Amino acid sequence: MDEDLLAGVRDVSPLLMGIAPFALVAGIAAVEVGFDIVQALGLSVIVFAGASQLAALELFGENAPLAVVIGTAVVINLRVLMYSASIAPHFAEYGRRTRAVLAYFLTDQAYALSVAEFAENDDRSRWKYYLGAGGSLWVVWVIGTVVGVVLGAGIPESWGLTFAVPLVFLALLVPAMKDRPTTVAGAVGGGAAVVAAGLPLNLGLLAGAVSGILAGFVAEEVST
Amino acid sequence: MTLATGSVVLTAGASDPDAARIWIAILVIGIATYGFRLSFIHLFGRVDDVPTRVRRVLRFVPAAVLAALVVPDLLTIRPSVIATLADERLIAGVLAGVVAWRTENVFATIVVGMLALWLFRFVVFA
Repeated sequence: MDEDLLAGVRDVSPLLMGIAPFALVAGIAAVEVGFDIVQALGLSVIVFAGASQLAALELFGENAPLAVVIGTAVVINLRVLMYSASIAPHFAEYGRRTRAVLAYFLTDQAYALSVAEFAENDDRSRWKYYLGAGGSLWVVWVIGTVVGVVLGAGIPESWGLTFAVPLVFLALLVPAMKDRPTTVAGAVGGGAAVVAAGLPLNLGLLAGAVSGILAGFVAEEVST
Repeated sequence: MTLATGSVVLTAGASDPDAARIWIAILVIGIATYGFRLSFIHLFGRVDDVPTRVRRVLRFVPAAVLAALVVPDLLTIRPSVIATLADERLIAGVLAGVVAWRTENVFATIVVGMLALWLFRFVVFA
């Protein structure tokens, strides 16, 4: 296999250990709220962004209005704009169609690995390295979803497997609170979401998230 | 299509979302997300970067959103302090949070959290 492609696969493999259980949970959660396997797979392939998928599933489970499900998931994925801007110069030499394909694989992990590698190693074929990493993530994500659907359908409800959803978020949340303003964002976001949990239309999550974002912004303004 | 639906037992009160709602959500979220991914990669040369002000807001999206997702799942305000705290989800969540903080490992966090949930649900509070 190609050396640059392999380098991407090799560098992403330790992260796949974290992605696999996340993907399983995405499959399990989909089944638990009443998605069939085609819909679960459609969600993982078409959206391909874990946190937003789990949030959407959770809201589906609570019978939230469609606009709230969509709005919440979209807010969660806004961060990808930053990745797109940051990686864009590295892909500028490629044609429009290639870039359109590469964009599909833009995830937190593929972004972080690729930008670090591009900065360090100028000889690397960028698209190959990026696809080695992003393609591996995709394969694990899709297979994990299918396995999760099958598992979720076979395990009794009383085991509370959907509790794995907040556990995944917790594992992602801790490293996201890396300095004082982001910690404020998390604390206010979480606190406001609890207080707002009774809001109509399941708007509590969105209200909590927006409060947290604003609080983090203010905390940074104050400290600088 | 029927693999899952045949054997799934839905919780009391759980939704059974109809197919149209599900597909609309998948498509709209998918298109928006792909749009975000493609945005600057496509526009490079015309619009080179996210404005600084927007970037400084976006920086807080992960922490705020994830916390807003997690905390209400672990903590429900109940009439008494004891009823609020003596909840298997909260105890399991705090233990898993410690593991997440010490290890930053998704798998370890899930395993400890689920084992703690089962311990409290089926043994301690049973």
